Amino acid sequence: MTVHQPDLDTSAKVSDEIRKTTCYMCACRCGINVHMQDGKVKYIEGNRDHPVNKGVLCAKGSAGIMQHYSPARLKSPMKRVGERGSGEFEEISWDEAFDIAVSWLKPVRENNPEKLAFFTGRDQSQSMTSWWAQNFGTPNYAAHGGFCSVNMAAAGIYTMGGAFWEFGAPDWDRTKLFMIFGVAEDHDSNPIKTGLSKVKANGGKIIGVNPIRSGYNAIADEWVGITPGTDGLFILSMIHELLKAGKVDVDYLRRYTNLPQLVNTVEGSAEFGLFLRDADDKPQVLDRATGKLVAFDTPGIMADMANGYEVDGKTYKPAFLVMAEKYMSDEYAPEKAADRCGISAERIKAIAAQLAHTAFKEEITIDQPWTDWKGEKHDKMIGRPVAFHAMRGISAHSNGFQTCRALHVLQILLGSVECPGGFRFKPPYPKPVSAHPKPHMGVTAGAPLNGPHLGFVRGPEDLLLKEDGTAARIDKAFTWENPMSSHGLMHMVISNAYAGDPYKIDVLFMYMANMSWNSSMNTTEVMKMLTDKDENGEYVIPKLIYSDAYSSEMVAFADLILPDTTYLERHDCISLLDRPICEADAIADSIRWPVVEPDRDVRGFQTALIQLGVRLGLPGMTNEDGSAVYEDYADYIQNHERRPGVGPLAGFRGKDKKGKGRGEPNPNQIQDYIDNGGFWIDHIPEDGTYFKPWNAAYQDWAVERGIFDSIQPYVFEVYSETVQKFRLAAQGHGAHQPPEHLRAQLDMVMDPLPIWYEPFEQTIVDTDEYPIHALTQRPMAMYHSWGTQNAWLRQIHGTNPMYVSGEIWNEHGFEEGDWAWVTSVHGKIKVPVVKMDALNGKTIWTWNAIGKRKGAWALDEKAPEANKGFLLNHLIHELLPAKGDGMRWANSDPVTGQAAWFDLRVKIEKAAAGDEIAQPDTPAQKSPVGRGPQDITYGEDF
Amino acid sequence: MTTLPASTAKKLGLVIDLDICVGCHACVISCKEWNTSNYGAPLSDMDAYGENPVGTFLNRVHTFEVKSAGCNAQTVHFPKSCLHCEDAPCVTVCPTGASYKRVEDGIVLVNESDCIGCGLCAWACPYGAREMDAAEGVMKKCTLCVDRIYNENIPEIDREPSCVRTCPAKARHFGDFADPDSNVSVMTRERGGMELMPELATKPVNRYLPPRPKADISGDIDILAPLLAPVPENKGGFMGWLDKALEAI
Amino acid sequence: MHPAPSVILFTTLSGLGFGMLFFLGLGVPEISGWTAFGYFFIGYALAVGGLLSSTFHLGNPQRAMKAFKQWRSSWLSREGVLAVLALGTLGIYAAALIFLDMKLPVIGIIGSVLTVATVYCTAMIYGQMKTIPRWNQMLTPVLYLVYMFAGGALLTRQVPLAALLLALATLVQMLHWVIGDKAFVNAGSNIGTATGLGNLGQVRLLESPHSGTNYLLKEFAYEIGRKHAAKLRIISVLCIGLLPVMILSFSTGGYLTIVSALVLHMVGLFASRWLFFAQAEHVVGLYYDKHRA
Repeated sequence: MTVHQPDLDTSAKVSDEIRKTTCYMCACRCGINVHMQDGKVKYIEGNRDHPVNKGVLCAKGSAGIMQHYSPARLKSPMKRVGERGSGEFEEISWDEAFDIAVSWLKPVRENNPEKLAFFTGRDQSQSMTSWWAQNFGTPNYAAHGGFCSVNMAAAGIYTMGGAFWEFGAPDWDRTKLFMIFGVAEDHDSNPIKTGLSKVKANGGKIIGVNPIRSGYNAIADEWVGITPGTDGLFILSMIHELLKAGKVDVDYLRRYTNLPQLVNTVEGSAEFGLFLRDADDKPQVLDRATGKLVAFDTPGIMADMANGYEVDGKTYKPAFLVMAEKYMSDEYAPEKAADRCGISAERIKAIAAQLAHTAFKEEITIDQPWTDWKGEKHDKMIGRPVAFHAMRGISAHSNGFQTCRALHVLQILLGSVECPGGFRFKPPYPKPVSAHPKPHMGVTAGAPLNGPHLGFVRGPEDLLLKEDGTAARIDKAFTWENPMSSHGLMHMVISNAYAGDPYKIDVLFMYMANMSWNSSMNTTEVMKMLTDKDENGEYVIPKLIYSDAYSSEMVAFADLILPDTTYLERHDCISLLDRPICEADAIADSIRWPVVEPDRDVRGFQTALIQLGVRLGLPGMTNEDGSAVYEDYADYIQNHERRPGVGPLAGFRGKDKKGKGRGEPNPNQIQDYIDNGGFWIDHIPEDGTYFKPWNAAYQDWAVERGIFDSIQPYVFEVYSETVQKFRLAAQGHGAHQPPEHLRAQLDMVMDPLPIWYEPFEQTIVDTDEYPIHALTQRPMAMYHSWGTQNAWLRQIHGTNPMYVSGEIWNEHGFEEGDWAWVTSVHGKIKVPVVKMDALNGKTIWTWNAIGKRKGAWALDEKAPEANKGFLLNHLIHELLPAKGDGMRWANSDPVTGQAAWFDLRVKIEKAAAGDEIAQPDTPAQKSPVGRGPQDITYGEDF
Repeated sequence: MTTLPASTAKKLGLVIDLDICVGCHACVISCKEWNTSNYGAPLSDMDAYGENPVGTFLNRVHTFEVKSAGCNAQTVHFPKSCLHCEDAPCVTVCPTGASYKRVEDGIVLVNESDCIGCGLCAWACPYGAREMDAAEGVMKKCTLCVDRIYNENIPEIDREPSCVRTCPAKARHFGDFADPDSNVSVMTRERGGMELMPELATKPVNRYLPPRPKADISGDIDILAPLLAPVPENKGGFMGWLDKALEAI
Repeated sequence: MHPAPSVILFTTLSGLGFGMLFFLGLGVPEISGWTAFGYFFIGYALAVGGLLSSTFHLGNPQRAMKAFKQWRSSWLSREGVLAVLALGTLGIYAAALIFLDMKLPVIGIIGSVLTVATVYCTAMIYGQMKTIPRWNQMLTPVLYLVYMFAGGALLTRQVPLAALLLALATLVQMLHWVIGDKAFVNAGSNIGTATGLGNLGQVRLLESPHSGTNYLLKEFAYEIGRKHAAKLRIISVLCIGLLPVMILSFSTGGYLTIVSALVLHMVGLFASRWLFFAQAEHVVGLYYDKHRA
């Protein structure tokens, strides 16, 4: 029988042109090929050559078309004409917008720059925005790290000079056992997904530690459904097992960590717990060959870790012994941890054994000679193929800093950091704490701040306290309440400014931060703080400038709106000075460029900021005659130099375009990037790709490339002297003393070796009344609040049920379709519930940031997001409930100030069948952009 | 003619690896964006910003939970699109001949200019692979990106379905099941690639690789006991071990 | 299955119409002239009206003519072709009868056979669906045909025959329900075979692919309450046959009794046909965990 088939053109034209730029549907920064047809975006795919995604692209990335053509895009600068929060605006020109902003900001700068609080949210241009703030002169600048990930970043950098998140990666091609803790599935997500796939393809094993078995944990070969907030205890009990069995990498620890360094053991002395140092201030170790004291970095020595030293009646012990004594005590035995963690002692031991087995019995070697920084030659690279990765799950707890440190210590004890098969840093990391700046607070009217805002304190003397002991920064970062708050505390800005504590501000200036909704704890109260007026009828927070590309919830609360572009309409640089896109064996950076010109009166925020800076006459961006140094952000990207020869983009530097990392500005640099696919990459020499903190070839190369100006080898600080200095202060030693009420807490948490303590909220609230842990996760197909306006993505996640463990479900007799009241000590929400068995029995959870305020994001007021969708944020407060002493402590990590989102304790009750509207039901805001179109048939033009 | 070809030269299809699919929906949206702008009518979205948005998608990811008594439950992400069945019931029911299976490669397609939108093919399909577009009134389905896989305007390496090219976890593989040595045939053989609803005898070409056994569900706890035995006291305990370890370096 | 009104109207009305035409083609009752015109008019109105209403559920009705092409494989196409042939053949027969007062019995019989074939094809559109086990049974075409004959007999005022066929229809309908209620389970598809995960344990949908609805759910995952269905079945049983037979048993063939029996029968027919769709479970629902045991 002959079969008739229609003629089909299987080779149709795909597009007119491909423009290669960088995605911004989340923080992953993948390279994308934007297919253009008739001037419109037709198709977006991953760029195969790009170091981050190597061709793949996630759901968000592919949905970029809908984000770019979103009906929620702001169209023009606006000034508020109704009451704050109402969403009533009048469109104005950019000139008028700048005039208003200048009239507010100029007096602030001339009189007291600290009256400006400038906080950027999911900013990918922090090196530029911080530079602007520094030139303005305010000490009040940070991005969103404080409520997101600072525990992870600070613990990583203080411990090993680099962190998880996207600043490092497992050696995906070689690792045989990969263990993930609480990994957010929207972050660095394509590389992780690809990596997981590689581990499986190579026959490796994946262990997922997470209360919730979704996403990565769903495909893990072994799932550990841990009880929230107990990861530190679980890790330390595995360390207990490994130490007792002698399954740690002694040679690695001796060479690459500070564990051989001698610690003062004279309790009560002002030097207790500090290292024995020589005249050059270098920590001392015992040379096992000679039995003599030598500086830790002396070439050719064999540092002892087994013997102490006595001088002048003071006993010093190697930090290794101090550590071993601590963790080998029964306090850390698996049997003690099992119940709290919800993991049997047998399983804890089994996992520890697997780690040991893979690290030591499945050792791998690469025949690649290398030389360390002391000049010692190694004929091969030895690998311990165990890799770890972790994210917000272990970080967003009040014990998160020490938990993250514990995980790093575990990695280091196994000798699996920077070795083949282990966890590897991505340049500009590794970078010792000493190579980071300290925070600055030197404010002078009419002049720049005396240095960078944020950094890494080395002791109590570096805190940002005024002479009267009050905080220098509006967010109280770097104070005794949270001494090592390296990323600032964006989540405290609005409540502190509202309370006038530590002081009142005049202008709040924010970018891409949805603070009146999903980016704040305690959303309802934050909205009130933004709209509250004082006795004179003025807003308590007097002026609020906000920049966003879309009609978010926060827009309604601003007095002045500076509309940003979409990511396809803008210039950007993903810079080595910022959060770069490097690989473990290469440096790389990239750009965004306008692949489509805006059809609205909008400007890229960074361009608007530079133009505003010129109108304010800010140094660095204004010439002596008042003219602009940089016309716009693109001009800045190409011509700004942070240090001579080092600028935002590292590639194609100099007139000859051959400069790598260093070189004069290249006036054609952006075009050179475009011609190269939107990015630039340069590989580390073969002998420098592992053991980077100690590898001479890497260190020399890093200096050549401008990552450092001199080599920066260092040893890992398993034992943290910096933390111990704060503990000594808490114990009454030293010139800088904490307030009395904080002494006990600091003494407890500032342990130089990682510890575990109960998350604070559950030590204060009645856990019989609030027995349940409540968590949020971000779905892989949504990023923060942005996804909801996206016609394609909102169909996947238009509502967010509360997933309830089978145990809780049965206990409360829930049935399909039920709604429940979920109550914390702070508030109450009514939500739909769904049963999930693959979940820690004591836990409920939901997807984050699906719930929307009516009127936002150009959605219909009847949108499911605004009626069934909900935020957990209403149940979380930036302060804990009052303790016995009547004081309210911060709901955050006492070391870094990281918001303790995941400490939340709740109870759950069946709700009466009713209107199926999530509570609280926030009244609508008026949409300044109207409502999106009814039906769409995107692609019919093509 | 909507009778099925007796055989096809190739059997193009997908292998979907349930052991590595993390449920990210990348394939869902990549499919949507390619197909809304290419083969046939766009994939519309009705009430796109309203109360009840409903769009046409050719590929969707379900999430299942599997539990057996006394064990941890497991989560399985399950992408689903047309399986390009050898005995495709959707083809034979079509009254107009719009629905057909290609002789050369076995891809099941809808010739939209002949489609009256009766919906019968969607009724006949057990897998929910076909969706009627609400704006255009024609049946939409996975084309296996027939306009990509042979497209000479696309670099050779990219001539694969959009969902396969984009999958970050490499959970999707495209190939010729008629060739026993192809990537998909080998994977199906080695990993026990499953047919969905084999009892309906549709002979689906696409295969699903089952999740590998989970250690926390199936395995007894293996402590690798000798590895974690504490250093015995007769060997000097911990300090004896440490001395020895340092000497060994 | 979504009980689309257009499809319910189509199958019920065309069934009645073809049933009526079946008897007219056989020369029952004996009629001619304007009486014949009236009878044929009603028959054609029902059959053609039903067929036309079926086009309302088409996405692109302007291309309906293309549906005649695939008679070799498609029951829908066969139905279309046969309907045209049946209506054309009986048109000749009717024209001859009405305008020429001529009886062409051979043509009439051919036409009548074609109406049976047409309704058989209609039934087989549903009966062939392995994806819908409730329909995929031998009784589906029997059910359609017995409804056709019963309705036709009633419309052509053959009281005893109609009463017999109506009773038979009721029986077949009840049998169809009994078999149909077990068909899904007996067919052997379940969420385990649908996902291939059955050997790992109890499979349950945790998250739907999209949080809202979609074409598949609207079309195939129609859900009807048990009580609601039971009520409709009782109404069907009463109206399809029981009440009409009772009325007919007191009838002498007068228009009033015929019309009241017919109206009742149609109520039953609509109710049972609505249930035919509404209670039909498509296996695709398994992917949405719609058929929990």
